[in-house]
Amino acid sequence: MDILPILATLRRHKVILWLLMLEIALSCAIVCNGVFLIVQRMQHMDMPSGIAEHELVQIQQAPITPSTDRYARAQEDMAALRQIPGVQAVGMTNQLPFGGSSSNGGVMLSPTQPHRTLNAATYFGENLVPTMGLRLVSGRALGSDDYVNADAILKSLADGSGKGFPMPTIISSTLAERLWPQQNPLGKLIWLAPKASFRVVGVVATLARANAYDTATAQYSMIFPLHMGAGKDQSYLIRTRPQDRQRVLTAAIATLKQADPARVITHARKYDEIRSDYFKDDHAMAGMLVSVIVAVLLVTGLGIVGLASFWVAQRRKQIGIRRALGATRADILRYFQTENFLIVTFGIVIGMLLAYGLSLWLMLHYELPRLPLFYLPVGAIALWAIGQMAVLGPALRAAAVPPVVATRSV
Amino acid sequence: MFAYYLDLALRSFRRNKVLTALMVLAIAVGIGASMTTLTVLHMLSGDPLPGKSSELYYPQIDPQDARGMMPGTLPPEQVTLIDGMNLLRAKRADRQALMTGGAVPIQPDSSSLDPFYVEARYTTADFFAMFDAPFLYGHGWSGAADEAHARDVVITRKLDDKLFNGADSVGRTLRIGGSTFRIVGVLDRWHPNPHFYDLTTGSYNYFEQVFLPLQTALELHYDHNGSNDCWGNGTGGAGGIYPSATCVWLQFWVELDSPAKAAAYKQFLTHYSEEQKALGRFARAPNVRLDDLMQWLDYNGVVPSDVRLQAWLAFGFLLVCLLNTVGLMLAKFLRRSGELSVRRALGASRRALFAQLLTESGVVGLAGGLGGLLLALLGLWMVQHRSTDYASLAHLDPAMLLVTFALAIGASLVAGMLPAWRACNVTPALQLKSN
Repeated sequence: MDILPILATLRRHKVILWLLMLEIALSCAIVCNGVFLIVQRMQHMDMPSGIAEHELVQIQQAPITPSTDRYARAQEDMAALRQIPGVQAVGMTNQLPFGGSSSNGGVMLSPTQPHRTLNAATYFGENLVPTMGLRLVSGRALGSDDYVNADAILKSLADGSGKGFPMPTIISSTLAERLWPQQNPLGKLIWLAPKASFRVVGVVATLARANAYDTATAQYSMIFPLHMGAGKDQSYLIRTRPQDRQRVLTAAIATLKQADPARVITHARKYDEIRSDYFKDDHAMAGMLVSVIVAVLLVTGLGIVGLASFWVAQRRKQIGIRRALGATRADILRYFQTENFLIVTFGIVIGMLLAYGLSLWLMLHYELPRLPLFYLPVGAIALWAIGQMAVLGPALRAAAVPPVVATRSV
Repeated sequence: MFAYYLDLALRSFRRNKVLTALMVLAIAVGIGASMTTLTVLHMLSGDPLPGKSSELYYPQIDPQDARGMMPGTLPPEQVTLIDGMNLLRAKRADRQALMTGGAVPIQPDSSSLDPFYVEARYTTADFFAMFDAPFLYGHGWSGAADEAHARDVVITRKLDDKLFNGADSVGRTLRIGGSTFRIVGVLDRWHPNPHFYDLTTGSYNYFEQVFLPLQTALELHYDHNGSNDCWGNGTGGAGGIYPSATCVWLQFWVELDSPAKAAAYKQFLTHYSEEQKALGRFARAPNVRLDDLMQWLDYNGVVPSDVRLQAWLAFGFLLVCLLNTVGLMLAKFLRRSGELSVRRALGASRRALFAQLLTESGVVGLAGGLGGLLLALLGLWMVQHRSTDYASLAHLDPAMLLVTFALAIGASLVAGMLPAWRACNVTPALQLKSN
């Protein structure tokens, strides 16, 4: 197929050609960046929590009047919950991965350093490693000897005595690698305050933060052996088989109500709900992006159909002449297909530059990484495909023009 | 003349039904998407207290220790309890309020209702007048009640409906976490969005149902909600154990009705910081800020970046739709070169031709705009049924309605301008000859 005659024809329709190329370029830029954004969101939504998500239920409760000893209350509650058939483990925590409401602390590698090294999640709770199903990669779990009441620690910090420190702690492997690259973290010390030191006794593979905005720091977590006592901000965490979750949840609420009728259950849910709630905005955004990409491709496709139809109608006579001079139907079909391929290709070339520019602008305003180059062919292939599909109908109609048209005047 | 052009336009549409429908649909979808996202953006970046916001200021001071001090560091975003009380009692502004968030258990008298927790705000007397909170019954508590740790409470209409079936409950008692409070006021519906006075609890759709005097709540150790930031050996506490003295965890607002007063207040904050440094409480040189309400929202970047991104995306899409329409319209007009040439030859001026073609594109735009409006309503309905925090805020107000329409007509006129201009520049003789 000789493309020179096609180019000569296109030169006579410069304005429409430019409009179409711009539309294709813009679509290409939106599709490339849109697909990239969708992939980003999906990776974010796939972030591992490190816990046995489908086996956990959470119950948050609060007393109406803080009358009883909250430490004793917590132990009694957990003992009662363990009696429920189907319960594999019961624990208590101040936060959950992707739970939203978070507790964090600034970590230092010496008590006198002027700036915090980094910020990490501070998990306070009981029996967390077995209940959450965390994978211990080195060191040991926290034992009952390690635990102290939160009040004692707060008092020690308030009076500056530093009594009770250093305390043992378990940290995530990501945090260990960040603090001491390529070293054995066991036995190392960290500080959360000049008087608050902690010795690493164990490392878990993964444990995500409650507020994991940033993928780079999402797995910076520490677990401390503190009895927090029953209270509104603490959650009972129950591990059971996935199919038993609903039953166990109902039974657990009844058990807690029975143990102390004067309390309010503020949250009772499966962990899965917490996760899907946390990522709902990403989910919505990914959905929105998919719709925009589909709509852009659809509009562009329909635009190509419309313009190609016009061109075919306009050139009926020329097509007839070409047929009369010996061109086959296939030649005519291929002419319009090649023409479309050329236009779309020009559009894509501009679109690539536009996509890259758009990506730079997004980087500047939305803290997004640079568009990886392999996303550019994605937009190109999408538009080539749409272009060829859109032009097929008009091109077939053009191919059906009989040679006799050449002999007729309009 | 316009009626004639309109008639011509309608005839032209009838000849190319599918194409016309395509152009209208493209504009409608583009406008619908842009208006949906723009309306959400408009709602989220709106002024929560129109007319009042420029008189409300959020003072920031820097009580942190000298460790890690760097020039240009911004002061903390909240205040400590000590500084908050000092600034409150200094009474240097027209009005001032210190506050923090919390949650309290309500024990209804009626046995048919189980006890339940509600979000609460622990604050001081000026809060209601400062933020123009509307009272349905009664009024707020007095400054004296603050100092006396009075058991006074203001509840919302929603809670009043639930507990007292909407009756005037002023003077009645309310049991909160084992203590008995006296209801002094019932607030009418009041949903400032964003939740500007405390952004640490989530920016949108967070509404307290109970307002208590701050010192009373602290005395009774009611649970504290919200963020805290500590230094030194400070600890954040949990629930009824409050953050230590070296933590910021309260919000302090002042009302100043003139820029001169604001400048004077900023001066006062600097003096206060110097005084505290002389006393040895502050370690850093005075580092103060005094944003007004809208500046404070901007500083905190409350509008979710996703919403902005969505608006940009939708406008990119609208641009694709418009380019599409320009191309189609141009092709359509140029194909009618013969017809236009006849009109020119019969004496129609170029201007008349231009007006005719612009009328045609204007009608397409109007139809597209109407369609876009319907799609925007559908879009907002969809947004409302999404589970995001700001979902319920999405609705079309008259201003945005007008913008939608202006956008639709403007866009299609712009889209029609180029094709109309190109088409009315045909050389009549050449066209007539070739036909």
